[in-house]
Amino acid sequence: MTEYGVVLFHTTSSVMQAEKVLKKAGFSTKLIPTPRQFSSDCGISLRFVWTDYANVKSTLDAAKVEIQAIHQL
Amino acid sequence: MIYLDNAATSWPKPDEVLKAMSDVLERAGGNPGRSGHRLSIAAARVVYDARETISSFFNLNDPKRVIFTSNGTHALNIVLQGLLKSGDRVVTSSMEHNAVMRPLRSLEKRGLRLNIVQCRPDGDISLDSLAKMLDSETRLVVMVHANNVTGTILPIAEIARIVHRANSLLLVDAAQTGGELPIDMKALGADFLAFTGHKGLLGPPGIGGLLISPGFETSELQPLMQGGTGSRSEYEEQPEFLPDKFESGTVNLVGIAGLLAGIRWIEEKNISEIYAHEKKLTRTIMEGLSTIRGIKVYGTLDPDRSAAIVSFTAEGRTVSDIGLMMDEEYGILTRVGLHCAPSAHRTIGSFPEGTVRLAPGVFTTIDDICTTLKAIKTIVHS
Repeated sequence: MTEYGVVLFHTTSSVMQAEKVLKKAGFSTKLIPTPRQFSSDCGISLRFVWTDYANVKSTLDAAKVEIQAIHQL
Repeated sequence: MIYLDNAATSWPKPDEVLKAMSDVLERAGGNPGRSGHRLSIAAARVVYDARETISSFFNLNDPKRVIFTSNGTHALNIVLQGLLKSGDRVVTSSMEHNAVMRPLRSLEKRGLRLNIVQCRPDGDISLDSLAKMLDSETRLVVMVHANNVTGTILPIAEIARIVHRANSLLLVDAAQTGGELPIDMKALGADFLAFTGHKGLLGPPGIGGLLISPGFETSELQPLMQGGTGSRSEYEEQPEFLPDKFESGTVNLVGIAGLLAGIRWIEEKNISEIYAHEKKLTRTIMEGLSTIRGIKVYGTLDPDRSAAIVSFTAEGRTVSDIGLMMDEEYGILTRVGLHCAPSAHRTIGSFPEGTVRLAPGVFTTIDDICTTLKAIKTIVHS
């Protein structure tokens, strides 16, 4: 079974920016309602394949996308 | 029909704008940034695409500092009402629209110290007079990029240098220039730029925006409205991050989609070419009117220093008579009167009668202008 991670953001604008940046870099992502177990500023979060964690994080950092937290689902 | 009221609102709009507005409701009709389902996300993507496009169109370089508003007036009010405190000094020009003058006059009654630089009768400003008015207590300078009566373009980049030397902030009202002349926020040096979507940017009425320069610390600016943002829902306090701090309540998704389509259309046509086309029309109007006996043309009479706006009056005819005859007998639509800018009309010497304003747009042709000039000559000499 695929293990997923989720990126939390402060604002929807950052979610949309992150989705664009990661899609362009070829990652498989999905926008989902923020899982209730994680407190987030924003109602939408970005789900990704957990094995991509390091690359997702460095891609977002390089594009200066502001994130709130990353958790494993 | 010849539509020469593009300074009030542009018409017609490109087909792409109409289509984008209808498409977004059909395809992406959720509430952007509120729910997490596919229609909400599709709507949020449209809004973010627009933010990104606007940020790059004005060379702002930060989509989160594009704040959507309902129009230019709303954008101006966010800065005027949210930044200024009793006792602050504000400097503005005598060519401002009531969108600036009315909030400033109201704040003045509550202790704001307001100083107005008297512009020349052609609508231009003396940079020396401006520099002399600025001191260490001047919090903000508000300047119209091109006023809505004569179209005179102010030298904003030079004004910004003077303003920043005095450690003050600059708010630019770009209602008449957005989408009409190329605007580079960084090169202009504006700290805030207010635009409206329904004029040169070819979007629908009801959408506009405020651009906040990356150098400005937004904790100094209080939001005009507070409320739901789709973020930090567990807290009852307004978030500090952008753009949410200044965008409470559901945004105008349909307006944003139309504005995005308008800007994309302009980018495809190339704004420099649009500007050159409108400049040619403006030159033809200025030169044509100047040859008609009994007509007085206001402004610089120099299309290189003007947006596509020309104001005139005629001896022996009221402006309302001229406007009515142009509409009823020739199907030429203009705007007459004071154009919500009494101070500008006082400056150019046309208060309280006002002027007839001709404002061509991207779809206006040289033939339209020639027909208009012939009609004006007939009306004035009849």
